[in-house]
Amino acid sequence: MALALLVAVSSALVVLAAPPAGNGSISGKVTYTGTPPKMKPIDMSKEPTCAKQHATPVMTENLVTGPGNALQDVVVYISAGAPETSAPTQTLRYDQKGCQYLPHVLAMEANQPFEIYNDDQTSHNIHPLAKVNPEWNKSQPPGTPPIQAKYEKPERIPVKCNIHPWMHGYFIVLNTSHFSVTGDDGSFSLKDLPAGKYTVTAWQEQSEPQTQDVTLGAGESKSVNFTFKVLPY
Amino acid sequence: MGKAFAALLAIVTLASVYFFAARTWWMPVDISAHGPGVDHQIIETMLLTGVLFLLSQLALAGFVWKFGGPGEGRKIGTFPGGARVVVFAVFVVVGIEILTLSFFGSKVWAGMFFEPAAPNSLHIDVQAEQFAFFFRYAGPDGQFGGIHPELINDGNGNYFGLDPANDVAARDDIVVGSLTIPVNKPILLTLHTKDMIHSFFVPELRIQQDIVPGLEIPIHFTAVQTGKHEIVCTQLCGLGHYNMKAYIEVLPQDKYDEWLKSQSQ
Repeated sequence: MALALLVAVSSALVVLAAPPAGNGSISGKVTYTGTPPKMKPIDMSKEPTCAKQHATPVMTENLVTGPGNALQDVVVYISAGAPETSAPTQTLRYDQKGCQYLPHVLAMEANQPFEIYNDDQTSHNIHPLAKVNPEWNKSQPPGTPPIQAKYEKPERIPVKCNIHPWMHGYFIVLNTSHFSVTGDDGSFSLKDLPAGKYTVTAWQEQSEPQTQDVTLGAGESKSVNFTFKVLPY
Repeated sequence: MGKAFAALLAIVTLASVYFFAARTWWMPVDISAHGPGVDHQIIETMLLTGVLFLLSQLALAGFVWKFGGPGEGRKIGTFPGGARVVVFAVFVVVGIEILTLSFFGSKVWAGMFFEPAAPNSLHIDVQAEQFAFFFRYAGPDGQFGGIHPELINDGNGNYFGLDPANDVAARDDIVVGSLTIPVNKPILLTLHTKDMIHSFFVPELRIQQDIVPGLEIPIHFTAVQTGKHEIVCTQLCGLGHYNMKAYIEVLPQDKYDEWLKSQSQ
């Protein structure tokens, strides 16, 4: 009897401690209408060790499109109504490779550790232009160990290299673990959501962010699409 | 001891002169139309100062050789008329030398910096920033778009601050990271900088010009030889200064036309 009670109490504790996980999901596709601007080739001839890593010139990445009017590098996340989550432990990886930031957009949860690698045969000086979080810049000669970092507060942080002006990216720090960054098919998927009312936000670096409200029943899967209007200039 | 020092002085002097006379570490090839004038001026300056250097150092060595040892009881000689006359004579001689060099050099200088560029010059805009150079061509319409510094955005490649949304002339402007020019054609560069002082230096073009924030600085030249050379920044501009460079490629006119066409597609 006492044992049964103990088991019951501990199960209840487990349920209380764990975030209210659900199996509902929100997924969809991000597309554009209009004529997207032409991305410009980046001339890396001044940095030959980077230039020779690219058979064709790297293009600017402020608006990356895919087949079927898909929009890449859009961060879709639950901006309101998301269940509380415990502190993230998974360490993310961010690369400086071929004088480019990979990935171009790195989404992360507040307090999530991430490591910045220099895979090039040249020095980089990464400079995330944080305003809410502390701002820093760090030099990283070739062969040096990765830079360990994390941000405590949610913020969209443009990232630049102080040595190679064409290198640009974004850190998107969110107060939720429910986020997704679109690939070249523009699709996203937010999983493990319990029933509830959510606001879903889609952010693209040169557009106004868009939001949609979604109400999920228990175990329900809903489809939500975002369309960004783009101009050639 | 005095004689050893005199010998050392003579050896150092002769060795220094030898490396210049033998052109061991000499200037790079000159590819510009105005370059021979600059080189002529440099060589004249080196000859004049070199001869004076050689004579004065050898004279010094000679005096050290002769009078360097202990000379108790030796009478201290003086120049006739005292030091004042010698200092004045040196002042006049060196002054005349420098004025003469400046007078003959001013023609070369004026040709580069005071005379306007030829009316048929190809105009290219240059933007310097930590730590790269960017170059802008007017594009097929032959017109440059206006510059709006507040629109400068390295992230989307708008290094010059163009406004293609509202400015039709800016839409076909070609912005690249290397300078490509036709041979034997006068070139007019307008130098800008986004952030701080940089310098545009192409040793082979015999051109070195500071770029100052807030100023549009014109320089003009004609390249008379095809080839590829380095453009380097020669103002210490920060941690990436060592890496601030670009390339200039001088092409025959037909190859240049092809290149330009390929850029505007």
